[in-house]
This record gives sequence, C-alpha cells and structure tokens, in this order.
Amino acid sequence: MVGTQPLIWRRIPERYRLHGSKCLTCNAEFFPQRQFCPNCRRKGKLVKEHMPMDGTIYSYTYVHSAPEGFEYHVPYFMAIIELKNGVRLMSQLADSEPESVKINASVRMVFRRVHESEAEEAIAYGYKFKVVD
Amino acid sequence: MRSVSVIGAGLSKFGERWETSFRELIYEASLNAMEDARIEGKDIQALYGGSMAPGRLIGQEHIGALIADQLGLNPIPSVRVEAACASGGVALRQAYHAIASDAYDIVAVGGVEKMTEVSTEEVATALGGAGDQEWELFLGATFPAIYALMARRHMLEYGTTEEQMALCSVKNHANAVHNPYAQYRKAISVEQVMESGYIAEPLKLLDCSPITDGAAALILCASDMAKKYSDTPIHIAASAQASDTLALDDRRTLSALEATRYAAKEAFKQAKMTPKDIPLAEVHDCFSIAEIMAIEDLGFFKKGKGGKAVQDGETQLNSRLSINTSGGLKACGHPVGATGIKQAVEITWQLRQQAGKRQVANAEVGLAHNVGGSGATAVVHIFKRGD
Repeated sequence: MVGTQPLIWRRIPERYRLHGSKCLTCNAEFFPQRQFCPNCRRKGKLVKEHMPMDGTIYSYTYVHSAPEGFEYHVPYFMAIIELKNGVRLMSQLADSEPESVKINASVRMVFRRVHESEAEEAIAYGYKFKVVD
Repeated sequence: MRSVSVIGAGLSKFGERWETSFRELIYEASLNAMEDARIEGKDIQALYGGSMAPGRLIGQEHIGALIADQLGLNPIPSVRVEAACASGGVALRQAYHAIASDAYDIVAVGGVEKMTEVSTEEVATALGGAGDQEWELFLGATFPAIYALMARRHMLEYGTTEEQMALCSVKNHANAVHNPYAQYRKAISVEQVMESGYIAEPLKLLDCSPITDGAAALILCASDMAKKYSDTPIHIAASAQASDTLALDDRRTLSALEATRYAAKEAFKQAKMTPKDIPLAEVHDCFSIAEIMAIEDLGFFKKGKGGKAVQDGETQLNSRLSINTSGGLKACGHPVGATGIKQAVEITWQLRQQAGKRQVANAEVGLAHNVGGSGATAVVHIFKRGD
C-alpha cells in the first residue's frame, strides 16, 4: 500500500502548496513540515513556511523499473530539487524534454497527478517539477 | 565489557529457492552454524534474528517466536531485529552486546529473507520501505532510483564512470565463481554490464543486487570460553553503528554515506586499528556505486578515488585489499535480512583459512560493513583471528 486515502488527505498542505517549516531560533527551513527543529531541539520554535516554487536540479535519474502504483508511468524522471531557499526535496519531473534534464537546470513546481491506487480507488495529486528556460 | 568471539558460522544456499520456505532456510543455516560450533541446542541461551520485511514478503510477523519454535529452542528468549538491509548487522550487534554485557555466555544470531514469493513490483515496494515511505516511495522513488541519484552526484563531483561501477559487478561475479553458496557463480564482462539495460539511469540491471532467498547464522560465545568449542575462535574486535536521515534529500551530501564514516571511525577506535590494517572486507554493494562509496567512506581510499581504485584492480582478490570475496550482495545474492550475517560468516571463514579458492592469503583481520536503506543505518564490525 503506497498511499491510503487518509495518507493522501493528511498531506494536502505539503503536496498541494509546498508548506514546510521554519525555525525562528536558527532560521533553518524544512520540507516536509517538522514538529521539532533537529538543530535547536526544544529551544527551537517552528512555524509554517511556504517553500519557494522555483529551484534547480541537484541530481536526477530516469526510472525504467517501477514500484506498485507506478507500473504505467515508466519511464519517468525522479530528481532531487534544490529550492531557492536551499531546501531539497525529492520529486518527479513532468513535461520536461529528456535532453533538457540536467544538473543545475532551472525548474518550477507544477500540480499533477502523482499516482493512483487501484485497491483504494484513490488518486493522489501533488507537486512535480518542470524544467523551465 | 567482556570480549566476544564467533565459534560457529553457517549459511543456507543463496538463490531463487522456490522449493524452500522461510522457516526451512532458517533451519538450513542454523544447523550448519551449530554443527560448525559443535554445540547442542541446550547450550544456546538466547536468539537474535534479522529480517527486514517478512510481513510484506511472506505475510508473516512474530519472527522471533517462529525462529525459536522452528529450531526447537523454546522457551529461551528470541528477538527479531529490523533495520532494513542492515537488519543482519544490527542483529549481530545486539547479540554481541548480550554477551559483552554479561547477560549470556552463548547466543545464536541469524538473518533471513524469503523474497521470491511475490512479484518484482511488490518486492520493490517492500524494499522502498527502507527509505522514506511518504516522501520518496509515495512519489515513485525506488531503491535503484535513490542510489542512481547518488551515483549521478558521485560522477559529477569525482569523475566516476559507468565503466568503473561496472567493474565492481565484474569483480564480485569473479569472486562468486568460487563460492558454492552464491546465487550467481558465473563470471560477467564489463560489456555485459554496460548492455544490461537501465533500471534507473545511470544504474543498469547488472549494477543492482538481485532478489534472493537465503539465511545465515553465527554462534557467539564469551571469548574466555570459546576455546572449549572452537580451535579457531574469531574475536569481534569492534562493533559500531551510526544513524543518518531516513530520506536522502535531507542530507547535505549525496556522494558519501555519513553514517558509514561515523561507524567506521568508531569501529577503528574500538579495535585500535586504522584502515591500513585491513586486508579483507565485505562491504555493502547493494548497487555498484554503493561499493565505490563504501571503500571511500570506510577510509580505504581517498574520497573520490574509489572508482579509480576499482579500475586499477586494487580491490580484487588477493590484491592490496580484497573486497567482497563472497561475491558481495551483487553476485552472492542479497536476501536483505541475511546479508549482514552472511558478511560476518564470510569473514569468519576467511580468517579461519576455510575459503577455498577465494581464500585471502594470511588474512588475520577482516571488516564487515552493512547498510540500511540509503544510508540511514550503517554497521561496521571488525574481526580478528586468535587471541
């Protein structure tokens, strides 16, 4: 079970709107949201913070062999995106020509279908990133 | 803490064991280890078993009880240990501490995984749980994809090539030819690796460890009693473990495993050794790039020089440093929960001079390095002959 309905629903703020966290004590930013600053621990104070939608590709791979729920998506790009604020996240790339996918290429968040679970008849939506000029 | 030694070691045959069940694999490896140690079941005081995902792979939990029951060892305590692909290494560490702390004198520790009962997609999902389910697997990141992301950075930062990665698989297959327990006792060429088809670029099928059924077992004993059972007890000179972030994207570097570095540093301190003292190591080559990173992060080669070292043959059998004489995860096979124990079994056989045609000449010290997930857990053990 890759994504049950409650799991999909619970993560809407992050997956739809890139809500992360910022620590007011050390100014570090995090995605996904954290309950606890790993730098400051109990001296930290975390508040909700919108992550920037723009960034660059830090690393990428073209996936040819998929896990359950992604059998019909292959091949697809997975990348680690470094956002403008330095926070990194894992994402699929969408609508990007294979020759445009390079380390340091500029990318922007887009809203897409991530996967569907046949067993739960649930479709998960969320962020992907797209190479921009 | 009390000193601890290995007095018995055994494996099941690794491979696609269609005819053999999970519990039969446990029996096969455990019986081999007990006969090797020349002990009876009544001598064993506690059991530790590493297994990563039996719930998903065979629908069975409560593995501790299953092991004790299967081996006819009720009512002694029996514990399952889970740390993804490092389940075996972490189980060994728990068993080591059980004796070192004086709780027991003799314990058995094993590892097992039965992986061919479900489809390849289901295995990929089960193994995906070794990473971050919500922020990696949920989005479509498989384990080959996660290591491919590391490989891409290693190639960019240090000039590592796909051919250098391929050479790890070639070497490990060449070693496995001489290992009767190995899944693939067949030499392969660089061309075969390069043409084997991408799984997650730049990693190809033959850069990846396979899906394997298998089990491994060790009998540990307080060192001051070990001579009673074994003429050649193998002393555990160090047992170290470290943790890192569950998700790869939370790490500042992708081209090194910090947990391996921490565990190695701690292990060398415990053993009062340096990487130069090690002629023999089993390292966690779940993917070819993982072997290159491991030999750097363990301190055997400078960061970024691992690919070159492999290319120059410095890690081949009986070269400067014999790496993965068993065939590694790639060619001996990777039944995930069993791997950490299998590594220790191979080092034990090597230090006893029982490794046949893959014997490293005069090896007195050996190291085992076991990784969970993309490096969120790393375990390093150092073994020494004699004492």
